[in-house]
Amino acid sequence: MDFELSGDQVDLQEGMRKLCEGRFPMETVRELEASDGVDRALWSELVDAGVFTLRAPEADGGVGLGSAESVLVFEELGRACVPGPLVASEIAASNEVVGIVERARGPVVIEYWNVLDRLLVLESNGIAEVDPASVVAARSEHPVDPLTPIWIAERLPTGVQVGDGELASRVRLNGALLTAAIQLGLSEAVLDVAVAYAKERQQFDRPIGSFQAVKHMLADMLVRTEVARAAVYAAGVTIDDPSVGDVDRAVSAAKITAGDAAVKNGKAAIQVHGGMGFTWEVDAHLYLKRAWALDTAFGSPDFHSELLATRL
Amino acid sequence: MAGVAMNLRDSDSDAAFRAELRGWLAEALPGFPPDRPGEDDWQGRREYDTAWQRTLFEAGYAGIAWSEEVGGRGATPTEQLIFLEEAEKAGAPYVGVNFVGLLHAGPTLYAEASVEQKAAHLPRILRGDEVWCQGFSEPSAGSDLASLRTRAIRDGDEYVINGSKIWTSHAQVADYCEMLVRTDPDASKHRGISWLIVPMATAGIDVRPLKTIVGGSEFSEVFLDNVRVPVANRVGDENDGWRVAMVTFSFERGTAFVGEMLQSMQLVRDLAQVAKKVTRGSATAWDDAGLRREIGHLSAGLDALWALTKRNVSQASRNGVPGVGGSVFKLHYSETRHRLGELTMRVLDRASLSMLDVSGLRSGKHVEGHLHAISISIAAGTSQIQRNIVAERVLGLPKDR
Repeated sequence: MDFELSGDQVDLQEGMRKLCEGRFPMETVRELEASDGVDRALWSELVDAGVFTLRAPEADGGVGLGSAESVLVFEELGRACVPGPLVASEIAASNEVVGIVERARGPVVIEYWNVLDRLLVLESNGIAEVDPASVVAARSEHPVDPLTPIWIAERLPTGVQVGDGELASRVRLNGALLTAAIQLGLSEAVLDVAVAYAKERQQFDRPIGSFQAVKHMLADMLVRTEVARAAVYAAGVTIDDPSVGDVDRAVSAAKITAGDAAVKNGKAAIQVHGGMGFTWEVDAHLYLKRAWALDTAFGSPDFHSELLATRL
Repeated sequence: MAGVAMNLRDSDSDAAFRAELRGWLAEALPGFPPDRPGEDDWQGRREYDTAWQRTLFEAGYAGIAWSEEVGGRGATPTEQLIFLEEAEKAGAPYVGVNFVGLLHAGPTLYAEASVEQKAAHLPRILRGDEVWCQGFSEPSAGSDLASLRTRAIRDGDEYVINGSKIWTSHAQVADYCEMLVRTDPDASKHRGISWLIVPMATAGIDVRPLKTIVGGSEFSEVFLDNVRVPVANRVGDENDGWRVAMVTFSFERGTAFVGEMLQSMQLVRDLAQVAKKVTRGSATAWDDAGLRREIGHLSAGLDALWALTKRNVSQASRNGVPGVGGSVFKLHYSETRHRLGELTMRVLDRASLSMLDVSGLRSGKHVEGHLHAISISIAAGTSQIQRNIVAERVLGLPKDR
């Protein structure tokens, strides 16, 4: 057992962080609202960096790395608050922009519909592919996350069967893992934003970060982040090496703890900013809103809690 | 890259150790009495806990990560973790009264004491011959521990100690106390403290048990009236005791709770079984989806803590002493145990009023566990102090003074 990042893994993480800092500063991320979250030129930089083919075998043109590494890359995408259907596109191991939805009896929410090249539909016993253009979907003019634009489809076409139930389960599992990695990155980023503000903002002639009422909130944010990090990294390692644990259980624990960290840290960061935190101008709400958008993606906390309960 | 990348797999030697340990536990445990003596039978508890410790020692499973020189196994922190995991799975006895010796005082001696001090105590701690207690807190020095006032005045080659200590676990049956005393009242409060080994049989020590909210007397007050201790019993330099105490804290917060956390995972699995037996109308408590999911949600937190433990151990394997990861662990562990206690009450409903099993339901230990949980966010540095540590040392926020 050695549960510390290797030198190669640290390099991968730092390389991805630099790429995100260079290409996706928050000003750029905010501007992506105008292009519904996906700018083709920026997307192709992610493609070139191997973000979506990281786990694909080298023989198929992929990078041939494991889930532990993909977690590190997606953590950085989360830290930078990069929008777009990142997880679905990685799972499809595709250079195209891919969406994944669950077929439901009622209406289906489709993220980023107007920029999708492909749309995969997860079903109870398989996966169908649907031409996005064949879907009748109405845009919500007010998505909660301005960078997660959504369309509502009353029903989805049948489409073409492209995978069996077993593959659908693997997609759900990997989707939950990478979503948790993004949530981990979000919870770290929003902690950094809140700590920086608490050190700088003065009230009662002192930085507000010197008050215990404030610093304890920030300490709790760090605890949630580190607990989530342990769970998310463990889930990545367990998918790569299922002999070390129960893969489903590890991924559900990761999704729950990282979702919890992202949502609670997002709210706490707004609280630390006081009234300014409630303004559109301060970034804190963008992290919280993304955290909410991801909380119900690839299994809600209730779904994963139920799975863990069945393991007890 | 597979050989060096982050991994949770047993190395060949770890796997061999695990298999051998499993085999030994399967043979040793059936011969050991399953029931530990009751809450207030301190002598009986000491005999039971030290007998198990001696059994471990004789089999080569005491002090797994300590050197063979002091009676340890000379193995790795990872093997120590494997030991805790396998011992818990097999239902082996908990460290009990050996807690302070094995998990705080012993590791501090191991890191800081002289060769003579180590030779005098560590093998005896590992054999179960020596039980230790902790004399750090005082009635007026709790969270502000460095303001402690128990005074040690040098008289030739002895210190003469006067004062009192509180929250001293197992003091009734301890042979030695790891004690912080003030050796320089004129220095600033962190600079005038020394760390002493105090034999509990010394004249002038009076132990008065305190009754806790659980109903037993886990802790005592210890009064010190002209207690004479050799200067040779000091660990570290005179007035350098605060630094030595920080080493103790890093073990107390960093690694001492791991065994208990593993027990908590068992407690959650057991609570799920209890919930399947508790009737709710025509169904059971487990059929309540909201309650069931909250228990599942809680188990995610414990799984994450187990993963965090492995990260902390991997870091400690490189650095020797656990870092502030211990504060992070303890904060989340405390909160998780509080939540487990609340879920226990919801599962048990009216049966939660009894500390003994009700009508064949194995509920008593869960009720007691809930009461115990309340101490976890207070002992070894309150959650409020841990948050200050995390905020100031990890996040770099200004000190609040």
